[in-house]
Amino acid sequence: MNADPVVGRAVPRRDGPAKVSGAAAFTAEVPVEGTAHAKLVCSTVAAGEITGIDLTEARSAPGVVAIMTHHNAPAMRIAPLLITLRGASFTRAPVMQDARIRWNGQPVAIVVAETPEQADHAASLVRVSYALAEARLVFDDLKAGAPQPDHVQGEAPAVMIGDAEAALRAADTRVDQVYRTPWHTHCAIEPHATTVAWHDDRSLTMWDATQAITHSQATLAEVFSLDLENIRVVSQFVGGAFGNKMMWSHQILCAAAARLAQRPVRLVLSRSDVFRVTGGRTRTEQRVALGARADGTLTALIHEATTTTGISDGFAEQCTFPARVLYGADTFGIDQRVVELHTPANSSMRAPGESVGSFALECAIDELAEQLDVDPLDLRTRFEPAAHPTTGKPFSARHLLEAYRLGAERFGWAERSSAPRSRRDGPWWIGQGVATATYPYTRMPGGRASVTVSADGHATVRTAAHEMGMGTATVQAQYAADHLGLPLDRVHFEYGDSRHPAAVPAGGSAQTVSIIASVVAATRALTAELLRLTSSDSPLAGAGTDDVELRDGGIYLRDGGAGQSWPDILRRAGRDELTGEGAASPPTETAQHAMHSFGVQFCEVRVHDVTGEVRVSRWLGMFDTGRIINPRTATSQFRGAIVMGIGSALSEETIFDERTGRVLNATLAEYHVPVHADIPPIEVAWLGHPDPLAPMAGKGVGEVGMVGVAAAVANAVYNATGRRIRDLPITPDKVLGL
Amino acid sequence: MKPFTYQRADDVASAVAAAATTPGAVYLGGGTNLVDLMRQNIERPAALVDISRLPARIEIGTDGRLRIPAAATNTDVAADPVVRRDFRIIAEAIVNGASGQIRNMATVGGNLMQRTRCLYFYDAGAHCNKREPGSGCDAVDGHNRMHAVLGASPHCMATHPSDLAVALAALDARVHLAGPAGQRTVELRDLHRLPGDTPHVEHTLEPGELITTVSVPAPPAEARSAYRKVRERASYAFALVSVAALLEVRDGTVVSARLALGGVAAKPWRAASAEAVLTGAPATRASFERAADVALADARPLTHNGFKIPLMRRVIVSTLEELS
Ligand SMILES: Cc1cc2nc3c(=O)[nH]c(=O)nc-3n(C[C@H](O)[C@H](O)[C@H](O)COP(=O)(O)OP(=O)(O)OC[C@H]3O[C@@H](n4cnc5c(N)ncnc54)[C@H](O)[C@@H]3O)c2cc1C
Ligand code: SF4
Repeated sequence: MNADPVVGRAVPRRDGPAKVSGAAAFTAEVPVEGTAHAKLVCSTVAAGEITGIDLTEARSAPGVVAIMTHHNAPAMRIAPLLITLRGASFTRAPVMQDARIRWNGQPVAIVVAETPEQADHAASLVRVSYALAEARLVFDDLKAGAPQPDHVQGEAPAVMIGDAEAALRAADTRVDQVYRTPWHTHCAIEPHATTVAWHDDRSLTMWDATQAITHSQATLAEVFSLDLENIRVVSQFVGGAFGNKMMWSHQILCAAAARLAQRPVRLVLSRSDVFRVTGGRTRTEQRVALGARADGTLTALIHEATTTTGISDGFAEQCTFPARVLYGADTFGIDQRVVELHTPANSSMRAPGESVGSFALECAIDELAEQLDVDPLDLRTRFEPAAHPTTGKPFSARHLLEAYRLGAERFGWAERSSAPRSRRDGPWWIGQGVATATYPYTRMPGGRASVTVSADGHATVRTAAHEMGMGTATVQAQYAADHLGLPLDRVHFEYGDSRHPAAVPAGGSAQTVSIIASVVAATRALTAELLRLTSSDSPLAGAGTDDVELRDGGIYLRDGGAGQSWPDILRRAGRDELTGEGAASPPTETAQHAMHSFGVQFCEVRVHDVTGEVRVSRWLGMFDTGRIINPRTATSQFRGAIVMGIGSALSEETIFDERTGRVLNATLAEYHVPVHADIPPIEVAWLGHPDPLAPMAGKGVGEVGMVGVAAAVANAVYNATGRRIRDLPITPDKVLGL
Repeated sequence: MKPFTYQRADDVASAVAAAATTPGAVYLGGGTNLVDLMRQNIERPAALVDISRLPARIEIGTDGRLRIPAAATNTDVAADPVVRRDFRIIAEAIVNGASGQIRNMATVGGNLMQRTRCLYFYDAGAHCNKREPGSGCDAVDGHNRMHAVLGASPHCMATHPSDLAVALAALDARVHLAGPAGQRTVELRDLHRLPGDTPHVEHTLEPGELITTVSVPAPPAEARSAYRKVRERASYAFALVSVAALLEVRDGTVVSARLALGGVAAKPWRAASAEAVLTGAPATRASFERAADVALADARPLTHNGFKIPLMRRVIVSTLEELS
């Protein structure tokens, strides 16, 4: 332990200077000698069969090296789903193995040429003909009678406690509404990119923009029947991922094309490919019904959600998760349904489920508060449960009421006028809204790390983890410095390479705690090794790992006892360095306890009286996510998530043509993520109470910040204008009711 | 993208000559629209003649008109002190469009000649009469939220996306052209054409003609003016609707009025009938509402853009009220 810990300090990001100066090489820039460039040709129909592919023109275009279609693609096995923890895919659709078309945008050919421009041009000359089959595209026609999925992220698709419908009918006060959210696309600023070089028939290196290095390695092994140790996956910097830089067809196709071309091949997706080839967040239709007594306590909580998947996909968006966790009620009626459509796959997008699910639930709570004439924050305190409301497990740590209280004070919630359409500044109506946030704590099994100490007194932590801009390298160095008892500048953190010990995917806000758990295990192994090396005259002779502590660059008997610096141990043993490696303990902490992050979002909006334009003018997020390792990087995570939530509230919508299943606005010009001018100063604060069961007492911070955001905006728009918009995004025409 | 040749012109004469003698040549301004379309294989020119380095000095001519060379960047025009003082709505329209980076590249000529943002026009797989005459129009029964409510035809209902053109239409700007057959001038309001049954013919330029300059007469000294644009995100978005208005009021009576509407038609829509209603009328909300009704009398909604008509009405009325 460090006497003066660096955990908790606002240490600047280690990757900052390289990124700001342009020195950081992203996947599309990594120099690989002899690289040819690939371009995908994608289907323009949603369902049917390829009847012909004419390559005559394309083959004779300048610079063409190879063209792969389902006619000459090698046999490739199906990539394992992310949920199996053996892979990182969202779909079981075969990749270029048959003539079948499953969605509009499915790759049907990959063209390899000397330059990206030549590949692009040649791809435009590939002529594909199709026999159309009837496509499942119109959600509204197909949603009735949609089946339950086998599971929702491993949980039961339905939770029925008591007779919620009967309780609803009997309730003194009722809200029963349907809320809708559209398809969303992640829009990381760096498009997906991958480069594959085969060294021989059985080994390859893949440089990939990914948040799942180990699982990509496993996927390639499975798909191409290779040995794991013959596959290297490298991903040093990733320009944002948000859940979408997992395993898609493009990496598999790039690898297959590189084998066909007999040289390294690079494939950088165009922005429209990102929209059409990879997945997004499903649209949702959600019924939330609440029954309440006059005192505001809930007699019924019903949340029924219908989401979509592509054909052969395996991801059901967990919209109903907040309703399972947040509030106590006498009865629950929770149910999820899935409609299979000929669309790209539904994939994880920042706070999958919770973000859009909380829009429905938290707007409904606001509607109930309105009916009961109770302050919406006050109302929430009345159904604060003593234990997890649908599993009965005790919470490891839940300080939501305190977050409400402190957040309300800081935001000035008490000054809000509860009457809608009652505050105005010139042409702008002003309103304030609130919503609760929650996100489950997870620690995925399977992570490993190594810790190497060297005779010059430095330590290096290695794990195949990911840095997508959230500060992984920085916070892990902080943690390791304290854990090893070293100054921060003597601790190195190496990641981004499958040669390092295996890591879990960077998803589910789980990477930080998962790495910490593996560093704990690796340090323990290292300590044991170091003790084994000590000579019989060492004060440490005969001591076990539990008898010692790491501090001041060495190992010492507990409670201020004598010890040895590890350079000393290493030198005496004639070693330059020593490495300990370990696997994170199984995540048993969630066996008996419910572990969740919480938060509350407050916002103020201004709504233009004439035009209906909504501008967010103030934001406060107050979070309860356990201990914070680095306030600077954590703030940035919360703030970024709130920005993304504001986008979902006001402007983001991936538009499909329901006749063809084609994404129409597959560009950043037409898919509207927020711009700077849309974002007010965002205040972020947290309670910081440790979660006693989490490694480091901290929980994930990457996703909870997005939860509740859209609802807070919608509730504020109601407060400003008296108009309830239950259908995202909240555009001027909806606000004006035109 | 299809392979193409590239040459840069240093003056108008060599630009016109290069375009005339190079088969398949088109002019390249800042490329912020053309290059995007080339990347999508929507535009497939064989040759580019880069006119972005032509002289670009903004000045007041001897006739008192503001003269903006076509190669001037949108940023330079919006930052020009004379423009900001005497032609404010030009600057307002520009800074309400695109993003800082795009405006730095975009030229005035390119802005006026930019193509529609119809999503089907941008998608080589869709049916589009504008892109491929006679192939049909996927927007009719498709996603047409951003489409026209005025002057559309069953063949095409795309809008012209420029903000600048709307301000220039309200200011009675003229467009000066040079081409193989010599020089000529057209009124800005006659530059763009309504779709009719030839939506691929978007403007009145002859093949090889280059916009050299846009000239603008000084607005009436007493007139107040405004450019109002509505969009769901605060910047970097095309207009749902926009209004450029000039209003001259004396003793409570409208002396002169000019009204141009954006985001509603294939061209900047000068609402002449509304101007006639306003002129001589009392400067009251009732007059403005009547004018808005007249301006929109022929407006026809499609499946998803019906909101544009009442929204435009609200914006016309409030803008005129603000100016009175
Ligand atoms: C994301 C995005 C958002 C945008 N938002 C807005 C907005 O809100 N409002 C708005 O008004 N615009 C907007 N734009 C469009 C932008 O203003 C135009 O792309 C730009 O003005 C075009 O100018 P350019 O010089 O780059 O033209 P180019 O792309 O070079 O050329 C466009 C067309 O004009 C022709 N051309 C160019 N110069 C001449 C000339 N002198 N004579 C004859 N023909 C010529 C070219 O041949 C080509 O057909 C946006 C663009 C993008 C990409
Ligand atoms: S509206 Fe015009 S531009 Fe759009 S698809 Fe129809 S014809 Fe093409």
